[in-house]
Amino acid sequence: MSDRSAFQEEMTKGFWKENPVFVQLLGLCPALAVTNSAINGLAMGGAVLFVLTGSSFLVSLLRNMIPKQVRITTFIVIIATFVTVVDFTLQAMAPTVHKELGAFIALIVVNCIILGRQEAFASRNPVRLAVSDALGMSIGFTFALFLLGSIREILGSGSWMGIELFGAGFEPWVIMILPPGGFLTLGVLLMLFAHWKKRQAAQAARLRKEAA
Amino acid sequence: MDSVKHAGPVRLIATLGLAGLFSGVVLVTVYLATLPIIQRNQAEALEAAIYRVLPGAVSRKAFAVRGDQLEEISDSAAMQVSEGVVYGAYDEAGNLVGFAIPAEGPGFQDTIRLIYGYDPRTKQITGMEVLESRETPGLGDKIMKDEEFLSNFKSLSVEPEVVVVKPGTKSQENEVDAISGATISSNAVVSIINRANQRYLEVLNRATGGTPGEGSGRGQSHE
Repeated sequence: MSDRSAFQEEMTKGFWKENPVFVQLLGLCPALAVTNSAINGLAMGGAVLFVLTGSSFLVSLLRNMIPKQVRITTFIVIIATFVTVVDFTLQAMAPTVHKELGAFIALIVVNCIILGRQEAFASRNPVRLAVSDALGMSIGFTFALFLLGSIREILGSGSWMGIELFGAGFEPWVIMILPPGGFLTLGVLLMLFAHWKKRQAAQAARLRKEAA
Repeated sequence: MDSVKHAGPVRLIATLGLAGLFSGVVLVTVYLATLPIIQRNQAEALEAAIYRVLPGAVSRKAFAVRGDQLEEISDSAAMQVSEGVVYGAYDEAGNLVGFAIPAEGPGFQDTIRLIYGYDPRTKQITGMEVLESRETPGLGDKIMKDEEFLSNFKSLSVEPEVVVVKPGTKSQENEVDAISGATISSNAVVSIINRANQRYLEVLNRATGGTPGEGSGRGQSHE
């Protein structure tokens, strides 16, 4: 595999094949909590993108200098630093977004996608691949949150990205923007993903049989 | 990686120490860089809210409530203390329009911070705005945006105290229509206001009998 295609491979796997939310089922707490509107999903995704890419870059760069025994602690210190930087920056630059996301910004520290990628990937791979892996994973995460947020906002508030979609006759399905709506939406999406995967596997098996 | 695998305690301590040190330096830098902007944002939000809850006001002064006295303080001093500060607002002629009272208390999910305008001459609340809350999106957060609910607080009588009633049944000057589906948040707002009223109104009413901001030439209230 050439260098270039390895870079692309690491990047695209996070979006679909190993999507952090729909396939790996990681980072579900923010995925459920902040996705009551599409814009919140995007903002949370953006914050995770910054933290994950920054941490993966640093961890990969320092991977030969960090002793094994204290690696997790060091990763967490790096991640927590990035998260606090995001927290302050958002509070200064976009106070309304910061108000909406509230405590969930600080909770990115314990988002398992981030520590998971450091342990499973960044600490064992060169910087280029680590960054592409981080970008792919965070784009996949953002996509998942955006999708969840869009569905919940359209059904629960009758709007999308803050734009009213339906006339006055639309009765918002309020439960969709409350916590149960998050679980319902995620459950349906997971079911779809599992269904697609099963069909793909069946198709591949059939093709193999025909070829034989 | 061999040297790393068999790292001695000194190496471990040094690694974590360095990581902590760098992290600390970065955090302090970012904190110091963003602090003035964050404070300016908050001050601007408060400033805008004061004029919105007291229609007709064009200037304002900060006062600290000490015992039963009003004492004029500087804006920077008002930023430092979180409790016991009210803002006197004045119209173009320098007459007192009313007081903006910041208050906070428990909501359905987290502390609600709000500010409301009070006119001591009519003994009425002139407007209310929620500065910060984490109420349920779509239900409780209507206390921030719902025009109908907010209009309850325009010329709302505070005597004997503010009372929440079922949605659509407001008939008295001191009643507030609750938001349907968000009774707890509606109650929370009103009880925050009632508590702040107990704390401040007596002082404010007495102060306007005299002249708040005495000696500064501005802000005297003539009736």
